[in-house]
Amino acid sequence: MPNAVKHVLFILVPLIAVFAVLPGVYQNHLLLFNFVTFLILAQGVNIIYGFTGYLPFGYVGFFGAGAYGFAVLVMHYQSPALVAVLAAGLVGVLLGLLLTPLLRLSGAYFAIANLAASLAVLHLVANPALEGITKGPYGVSLTGTFNPSHAYYAALAVLALTVGGVVFLKNSSFGLALQAVREDAVSASMAGVNVVKMRIAAWLASALVAGLAGGIYAWYVSVFYPDNVFSGDFSIFAIVFALFGGVATISGPIIGVLILYGVYNLIGFTTPQYFQLIYGLLIMGLVLFLPAGLVSLATRRGWHVP
Amino acid sequence: MLTYALVAGVLFGLYFSLVGVGLNLVFGVMRIVNLAHGDVMMLGAFVALGVVTLAGIDPLFAVPLAFVVFLLVGTLLYWVLVPRLQGSANPEMLSIILFFGLSQVVEAITTIFAGTSERSIQSRLLGTVFSTIKVRLFGGKPEAGPIRILGQGFPAPWVIAAGTSLVAIGLVYVYLYRTRLGTLTRAVMSRRDEALASGIDVDRVSAAAFGIGLGLAAVAGVFAPFMFGSITPAFGADATVTSFAIVVLGSLGNPLGTALGGVVYGVCYMLVQTYLSSWADLLPYVLLILILLLRPSGLLGRQVRVA
Repeated sequence: MPNAVKHVLFILVPLIAVFAVLPGVYQNHLLLFNFVTFLILAQGVNIIYGFTGYLPFGYVGFFGAGAYGFAVLVMHYQSPALVAVLAAGLVGVLLGLLLTPLLRLSGAYFAIANLAASLAVLHLVANPALEGITKGPYGVSLTGTFNPSHAYYAALAVLALTVGGVVFLKNSSFGLALQAVREDAVSASMAGVNVVKMRIAAWLASALVAGLAGGIYAWYVSVFYPDNVFSGDFSIFAIVFALFGGVATISGPIIGVLILYGVYNLIGFTTPQYFQLIYGLLIMGLVLFLPAGLVSLATRRGWHVP
Repeated sequence: MLTYALVAGVLFGLYFSLVGVGLNLVFGVMRIVNLAHGDVMMLGAFVALGVVTLAGIDPLFAVPLAFVVFLLVGTLLYWVLVPRLQGSANPEMLSIILFFGLSQVVEAITTIFAGTSERSIQSRLLGTVFSTIKVRLFGGKPEAGPIRILGQGFPAPWVIAAGTSLVAIGLVYVYLYRTRLGTLTRAVMSRRDEALASGIDVDRVSAAAFGIGLGLAAVAGVFAPFMFGSITPAFGADATVTSFAIVVLGSLGNPLGTALGGVVYGVCYMLVQTYLSSWADLLPYVLLILILLLRPSGLLGRQVRVA
């Protein structure tokens, strides 16, 4: 059995199946939806950071742009929710295209420019001067399309797409080429890899899933403000979850989200500042002692982790 | 109106360069992105608050206190965190995440001890030491109120903060170009491995730069309650982003470019604030991206740097 089939059968299918069944047995549907959203975002970060080495510090920009793409289509064109979700993905890709010049930057410069870009989109959307289009800082209310259970299953579909994408990257020559570019762009290009095309493809794929996730988030919550959907927490959480598990693997980001977001929900709501303290210490310990994530505990012993 | 915007922009800009210069020193020497920069500023503001409420003296006295305390804290922190980080595969990226964790810890601890309420210091308290000296020497009455520049009145704290920033940046210049440790620091900045090979104790130099960087951030923080109105434990995150915009404008890795970056940022900010106020928030980020794309090395690029 080829590896790709194994990965789909033993990671993707069980993950989707569990999250498809859970709403029937567990009452807190919002929590489940948030889990799915963060799984998508963490895998999106995995695609761009794990496979190309670009740290998207303003990843939430695509998410928020997707949410507002959805909102604008529903508010002004009364389009059905599914069409609007697809449009949200398109908005993510367009924003990604607009930001492709950022890929010329490297290291910390890219991370900072990406952060600035996401804040620029936030302030553009929240600008009172554009109230006619985006309702500015006053937030949008999309009661017409409100349907949390459909939105939940749409999110699952996007999760399946995203994890499928990572499985593809993990098992294809395309993914291998991307990792070669990450390690040494010059050598990779000597070996016949089209560096620019590869990077842009990964960047747009990662923007697409964040845009779709943003659109579905807008569909699910239906009432939100610019500060909600552009909250820097989305970028940070997605990055930390992905890193905690281990990037450039399929299972790493999934493990990261399940453990860390689980812990967040256990203690985060009652005493946020103690959680923040534990969280901060955890992140620092992670970087200092386990920079390759939890999966490196296994890979160090020579076990193969997909 | 234009004069007011320009002068206010320069005053704010000088203050902003003080905000950015510490961050830049740390990045220039260690290639480490200190995301906890804004949180150190926030702690500096709490030092000022402590000086005012406990001792009841001019918050200006908090400047040397904050600097010395955070110089020591920074040096200690360097030895705990950085050598381990430098040993990892991708220190520049991991530093972003490591210091994000640190900023969370600082914010959480401050919240646990100080609560989330907004705190401010009466602006007339700042600079009372000057008016007292003036009264002692020349007689007359202690006067408070705006300081007049070019026929326009500006709040006294703005002018004092800008003046302190000028002095601080001047001292950074003296440190880098007139002292032995500063020369070594510049050597490490331009080529870390060659500096190491020529027998420079890179860790010691870096620890000093890290301490000074944090000290400068704390000094900038002392003025934060006056420049931004009030202060909360959550202030750090926004301050960090603003500092980044300034540092990149001036060029990462060049502490003196930051002074220019700060002034450009301040003037642009005030101009947009005055004429197109609803777009003012957008400006720093667009400016940042444009500069990064058109002149990735900042206004004073690496080639121009005398190092």
